[in-house]
Amino acid sequence: MVPTDAKLIENVFETEKLEKGSTRDGFGKGVVEAGEKDERVVVLCADLAESTRAEWFQKRFPKRYIELGVAEQNLATVASGLAAYGKIPFITSYAAFSPGRNNEQIRTTISLNNVPVKICGMHAGVSVGPDGATHQQLEDIALMRVQPNMTVICPADVEEGRKATIAAAAYPHPVYLRFSRANTPIFTTTETPFEIGKAYEVWRDENPQAAIIATGALLYNALCAARELSEAGTPTVVLNLHTIKPLDIEKILSLAQECGAIVTVEEHQIAGGMGSAVTEVLSANLPTPIEFIGVHDQFGQSGEPDELIEHYRMGVSHIKKAVSKVISRK
Amino acid sequence: MAHISEKKACELQVKANEIRQTIVEMLIAAGSGHTAGPLGMADIFTAFYFHILNHKPEEPLWEERDRLILSNGHITPVRYAAMAHAGYFSIDEAKTLRKFGSRMQGHPERERLPAVETTSGPLGSGLGQAAGIALGARMDAKKFRVYCLLSDAEHQAGNLWESAMFAGVNKLSNLTAVIDRNNIQINGMTEDVMPLEPLADKYRAFNWHVIEVDGHNIEAFVDAVEEAKAIYEKPTVIIAHTIPGKGIASIEFDFHWHGKPPKKEEGRDFIKELRTLGGNITCSDKE
Repeated sequence: MVPTDAKLIENVFETEKLEKGSTRDGFGKGVVEAGEKDERVVVLCADLAESTRAEWFQKRFPKRYIELGVAEQNLATVASGLAAYGKIPFITSYAAFSPGRNNEQIRTTISLNNVPVKICGMHAGVSVGPDGATHQQLEDIALMRVQPNMTVICPADVEEGRKATIAAAAYPHPVYLRFSRANTPIFTTTETPFEIGKAYEVWRDENPQAAIIATGALLYNALCAARELSEAGTPTVVLNLHTIKPLDIEKILSLAQECGAIVTVEEHQIAGGMGSAVTEVLSANLPTPIEFIGVHDQFGQSGEPDELIEHYRMGVSHIKKAVSKVISRK
Repeated sequence: MAHISEKKACELQVKANEIRQTIVEMLIAAGSGHTAGPLGMADIFTAFYFHILNHKPEEPLWEERDRLILSNGHITPVRYAAMAHAGYFSIDEAKTLRKFGSRMQGHPERERLPAVETTSGPLGSGLGQAAGIALGARMDAKKFRVYCLLSDAEHQAGNLWESAMFAGVNKLSNLTAVIDRNNIQINGMTEDVMPLEPLADKYRAFNWHVIEVDGHNIEAFVDAVEEAKAIYEKPTVIIAHTIPGKGIASIEFDFHWHGKPPKKEEGRDFIKELRTLGGNITCSDKE
């Protein structure tokens, strides 16, 4: 069952009927709202105005839009200076380039400086599709979550992307926001809770045997898997772990205690990603069998988003198998 | 601020000599750190902290202060020494350089010592930060100026040229960059390791106003900073030709002194040499 306090859309499982959108659209909407609330908000762009949705802000606030050209290192350092001065800069590019290319500039001039720059990495994951491996960032969670002072958020749909962007603007420290390109179901609503660092359940059966912890748009796959598992007699819980850092340790440990088995789901390398973060907490506090859905030490390739998700074993059927496997290991 | 008198320049020279002595004392106490760059930039830092900057040492984060961004963070001993002499903190604290728990980190950190404006050390990133501050200030019609001190060898880094291009196209005339053109880097002479010349032409091509000065002639340096203020349509870069290790004859121009401190005995001799130099300066006969 979908818990009522998750306030998901009513027809959440009528996948074909659900409105779809790219989580980057949530950024585009959210940053305009943040800009309306706070005139210190500025958006920096590295020649990707349309595809990062930075142009939505540019149209509304042309004087607070700053073009850097194809220069991601400078994107980070100029933003650092703007933030040190007193602005709230959102830096936009593909995640492959920011935080991919400019990692050291982010480390030194944003994280160590502890200035409130918001790094918005678009086109994360293999679901970028036809662009291929160069543009399919699968290591960004690992890069960002190891930096002190950095918060890492990966929204599950357009609406959560909007809320995360607004929350990031109000948060006085560095934040990494991870967005994807593919059109995925919009299944949370304006009523769905969002608070940085606070995970919440989107599915709960009675006496769950496993907890599925998911981040990003794959949360919808996790939800569908849970429903099918439930119908087949395997009760689970699904947690929306939108904030990968700081981790909601209390919630993760309580689910591990209750279920005794965990499956993590993310569109990212298994090494260093959200699943690794969860494992660090479990191993130190409450060792629990865990299975990982994610990319197994490979680069992506060209293809359609859905076929790539299937090829890299992140589909609904793979999540179901992982749940069965982890339960068998209890 | 305008052209300075010969007497004022002389007094600043005396102050720079005191700052050099403090740098050597700091390095002896630290047992590690960089010698050549800090000594080479002592005159320019003296000019900034004792004449050019509009600042309040007793209120380091005063909103209207001029911002001094040090991109090549490894020469931070000269900044700490100049700040201590200017009253930001005690000279004793400056001598805690590189020690556990000290605000005087080996490379400057804004979180520990906010008056340094930015955290720096990894080269090539300071000009972008300075440009960001300058742009933010211009958006809000702030009057303060932004100064960015750069090493010469960090011009081998791509990030720096991205920032130079950005500042040029945005006509950030409230930004003045100062290059410590001392010609040395860790592996040798810059022109042997990875040549930078023609450096001035490169900046001109990036739409900057370029001034070249003797970085040890405080009068000329102050004039260059004044000229930069009068250039409204572009940012200005002052290429300051300096002598690494300036003041200690035996180490001047020697790239081996880029990244090591003097040993205790050696350092004492350095201080003696600087004291003798300082004793030979008389300002009372100047106007």
